[in-house]
Formats: sequence, structure tokens, C-alpha cells
Amino acid sequence: MARAAATRARALPIAEPRALRLDRVIHERVRLGMLSALAVHETLTFTAIKKLLDTSDGNLSVHARKLETAGYVACDKGFAGRVPRTEYRLTTAGRRALERYLDHMEALIRTTREA
Amino acid sequence: MLPLRGPTLDPVPLHARAMDNLRFIRETMARSATFTAVPGRGMVAMGLVALAASWIASRTTAAASWLWVWLGCAALAFMVGAAALRRKAALAGLPLHSGVGRKFLLGLLPPMAAAVPISYFLLRNGQRELLAGVWLLLYGAGVVTAGAFSVRPVPLLGLCFMVAGAIAGAFPAWGDAMLAAGFGGLHIAFGALIARRYGG
Repeated sequence: MARAAATRARALPIAEPRALRLDRVIHERVRLGMLSALAVHETLTFTAIKKLLDTSDGNLSVHARKLETAGYVACDKGFAGRVPRTEYRLTTAGRRALERYLDHMEALIRTTREA
Repeated sequence: MLPLRGPTLDPVPLHARAMDNLRFIRETMARSATFTAVPGRGMVAMGLVALAASWIASRTTAAASWLWVWLGCAALAFMVGAAALRRKAALAGLPLHSGVGRKFLLGLLPPMAAAVPISYFLLRNGQRELLAGVWLLLYGAGVVTAGAFSVRPVPLLGLCFMVAGAIAGAFPAWGDAMLAAGFGGLHIAFGALIARRYGG
């Protein structure tokens, strides 16, 4: 018991600073899901992402704008016939940010396992 | 007296959250890499076209007429399927010419294209009775390979076609019945299932 507590205490100083450096833009579920889906597709429409993540128009709009502001996704607006069509694609900065986030999560797991 | 903090309020360990996030990323990627625009209702329509073709073909006596009926059926079913696929993909906002849509089509089309020269060789050698088995087997092979990028019933449908093709090949006298059961029955059954479970 005391040994486990000591192990946790040793592990915390390593895990905490890393947790503080977490990319908060990606950490939210809808934004993380959007980046993950765009990592597999060249482009995805607003409708496809909404369906995939099972979220509302308003919620997705807010999160997509945050990713756009951070420079992680690029948005192209156009028309398919007469219907408005919004397409998103992952930018290079977005791909790097997702890779950093994945490294971060793996490092957290590794640190806990080693401790 | 109730405790101020119940057991559910204990903080979740960091590594557990990290593992949960990684699982979420993996599942989202896998889900988005699945081609979900396979048109269930379109498949039902293709099945009805095939049933009509098998009824007409069963009433013909000449080999050439039989072949033309099935070629016409293939062309009509292809147009119905392609239109339904485009419509479902457009409604879902899924790209057909890139990503998983392209992989799906690239998996489906080569075995179907192979059916053209093989059919020609069989006809040239007077082996028309083997056509049913070959068509069902090749179509099934295409559906299985394309189905690797799609929802679960699609590769299963391909396997059923391949079984039907093997039976038609082993018992050529059952060729017409297997064509009706395969292109008609299987399309209708799986199409209805896909339409109900995967939105149209």
C-alpha cells in the first residue's frame, strides 16, 4: 500500500507537467473526432462529419470554427448544384498536432506503466 | 448520513483517460474508413430487375436470346445500382472518387470486368451452361473485396454469391435457378437489411 503510494508520488511529477502541456484545442471529443476522421479522408463534408460524430449542426459548427481558427483544418464552401456544400480538410499543422497528441497519450500510458 | 463524495467521484487515472482517448481516435478512424453509401433500396431494385430477367430468360429457348436477356439485365441493374449509390453518397456527403469510396469501387470493378472476357471464352467454346456459376462467383468475389471497406453485411453478401456460384458451377442444370436466387433473392434480402440498418 505504502509502496504503491510512493510509486504514484514518483510518477506524478512526470505526468503532471505533460498533462499541463496538453493541446486543449484537440482534447475536446468532437474536435478530436473531426481531426481523426479527416486524417483518413482527403476531404469530408460537414454533413458526413456530423453523421459520423452523431452531433448537431450548431455543436459541430462551433468546434469546426475553433479548429479552423487554430489552423488545424481548412474549410472550402461551395455548391453541389443548388445545395450549399462545406468541405473540410486537415492542414499540415493539424496533422502534426494530431501526431503530437497521439505521442502525448502514448507517453502518458508508458509513464504510468513504467512507474 | 450520506458521504460528501461517493465512489463515482474518484478521479479517473491519467493513463486510463489516455487509453480511452486513443481508443476513441482508433474507433473514429475505423468508422470513417467504412464505406456506408452502399444503397440498400438500390440493391432491392437490382434484385427485382434480376427476378424479372430470370422469368423472361426462363421462357426463351434460344441461347442467344437467353444471353441478351441477362446482358440487358446486367446493364439495367448496373445503371440502377450506380444511380442509387451516387444518390446515397451525395445525401451523406461522402466522396465517391476519393478515399474509401474509390477503394470500394476499385475492389468491386476488376472481378466484374474479368467476367466479360471469361464469358466470351466460355461462349466461344460452347460452354454456356457454365456462365451462371462464373458470373455469380466473379460478382461475389468483387463484393467480398469491396466489402472489406464497407459495412459487415456487404462481404457476407459476397460470400453468399460465391456459394451460389459454386453450386451453379457444380450443378449447371440449376444455373437459371441460382441466377434468380443470387442476383434476385440475395440482392433483395441483403438490400432490405442494409436499407433498414444503414439508412436507405
